[in-house]
Amino acid sequence: MTGIASYLVFFVTLASIFAVVTLGLNLQWGFSGQFNAGVVGFMAVGAYVYAFLTAPLQHGQVGGLHWPIAPAMIASVLATALVALVIGRLTIRLRTDYLALATFGIAAAIHQLALNLEDITGGGRGITSIAKPFQGLGPEGFALAFGALALGLLAACHLLLQRLVRSPWGRSLRAIREDEIAAAALGKDVDRLRLTAFVLGAAPMGLAGALYAAFIGYVSPYDFTAIVTFQIWAMLIVGGSGNNRGAVLGAFVVWALWSMSGIAVVHLLPTRLQVQGGAVQAILIGALLIIMLVFRSRGMIGESLHSSPVLQDETAAGRS
Amino acid sequence: MIAQLVVDGLLTGAVIALGAIGVTLGLAILRFANFGYAEFATVGGYGALAAVLAYGGTGAPLGPFTFGGFMAVALAAGLAAAGLMALIGDWAVFRPLRRRGAGPLVLIFASFGLALVARNLVLLAFGPQPEYYSREIQIAVLLGGVRVMPDQVLVLAVAGLALAALVWLLRRTRIGLAMRAVAENPALAQACAIDPEAAIRATWLVTGALGALAGTLYGLTVQLRPEMGANLLLPLFTAAVLGGVGSVPGAVIGGLLVGVAENLSVLVLPTSYKAIIPFLIMLACFLLRPKGLFGR
Repeated sequence: MTGIASYLVFFVTLASIFAVVTLGLNLQWGFSGQFNAGVVGFMAVGAYVYAFLTAPLQHGQVGGLHWPIAPAMIASVLATALVALVIGRLTIRLRTDYLALATFGIAAAIHQLALNLEDITGGGRGITSIAKPFQGLGPEGFALAFGALALGLLAACHLLLQRLVRSPWGRSLRAIREDEIAAAALGKDVDRLRLTAFVLGAAPMGLAGALYAAFIGYVSPYDFTAIVTFQIWAMLIVGGSGNNRGAVLGAFVVWALWSMSGIAVVHLLPTRLQVQGGAVQAILIGALLIIMLVFRSRGMIGESLHSSPVLQDETAAGRS
Repeated sequence: MIAQLVVDGLLTGAVIALGAIGVTLGLAILRFANFGYAEFATVGGYGALAAVLAYGGTGAPLGPFTFGGFMAVALAAGLAAAGLMALIGDWAVFRPLRRRGAGPLVLIFASFGLALVARNLVLLAFGPQPEYYSREIQIAVLLGGVRVMPDQVLVLAVAGLALAALVWLLRRTRIGLAMRAVAENPALAQACAIDPEAAIRATWLVTGALGALAGTLYGLTVQLRPEMGANLLLPLFTAAVLGGVGSVPGAVIGGLLVGVAENLSVLVLPTSYKAIIPFLIMLACFLLRPKGLFGR
């Protein structure tokens, strides 16, 4: 493969992983209106569980379980869902600002645990030699096969979530998002619907975390800081929350902008400022999000105006 | 040992309390959780540092303190920088969003974005290394078996003065009355010929200044780092929630409690877990008493 082609494969792999997270967040926020400001915490759980189950024994830590890749990946998704269930139960009474604060704090706490539970997570050193799939194919084969795997899992997540939100269950979710009291008055179990959506939305985040760990082969607490949560949110807002295609598009667009600004920083910035290149990227992404919110809060695609796929947008009346 | 920890906790708590007052006023009057609030501390602290660097130090040390008289000018510069940032943020981002009738969640996103921009501009301008206003050594004084730095005592005094000034502003001035009225009921306030936009601008200025003061005092007693605001965010919000949203005395007590709890936690937990304590307090507060100690 030429340089550009292999970079493209690398780009598509990471963008697909981010798109999986964005789809999960879209179920939580876009469809059921739950503000999860701790997205990165759930990714970290998935990544660390996968790493812990597959990595060989290292620096005197507990571990060395050498699980095969597929069961480890499934286990990391289940573990993330379980963590989300506990957190969802704890925070079920919280709304908007308070839910945002609580989830933000949870991600910070998970980061601290990853940093401090040295026997399990390796602390600041992280976990190395995590099992990577497709090792028999050589570096190029690995890149291509992993890219295909990530894209395939993204397509599967999209298909599943699309079916879910088109179902009556999905319509109930949007109903509680718009008006909880009215939905409850119509006999919808608000707490149960919210909790289910929270857990189902967290599962793809765990999957993406595990994929990331399997792709890079190394995890450390510094991969899972609040800036990642922010990136995911920017992806969802830019693409259009409440629309799964928008979530995927947003992930690819924002990740493309982030990567290109990274390349631009390397080429344009004086060497003295190179170390702070990440700061320039963060400023750009922050500005992008603000501009999007002020001028086009619907995002690039945005939510379709109908609950039924049979109706066309041209016949839309009323809601803008 | 415990007395020392409690005193240290009260001193950190005083800085947290100042910021928590800003958070609680913001929650009550601006009606959204400003995730960018703690960046006022960073911008204020570094604004003061810029003045100190431009002047070439803080002047000859005053008495037992590590800094000279120029520190007062530097503090003013820090307050001005944060105030300017607050007004620009409101004018460019939050006012257009309010006009469009955006919900609190959109405002939270926007504040997240602004925080990222502000923090990284500071990082770009000053670099990632820790900074100090002065590198003078100071000698701790013993007060009843407890070691205290002279700077820390001054920080406590300044925090007390700022609190008194704030209470005066809220209770005795027209703009303070307008702020409290808008917190209570914006529509009714408007019907009584109070301009909510003016009250909101005043709130941004006052809360920005409080944040900047907290940041400068933090820089004076601990150190300045570009991510200091991000690290202060959870303690500040915890203190505000614990005290009860909208309650100034609640925020002060909440801040002191969070500071003391953080410091006492080392008796039972490894020091590295200190950063989780505010989050645990916040979670307990959400579960047991969501309206806080003094909330209505």
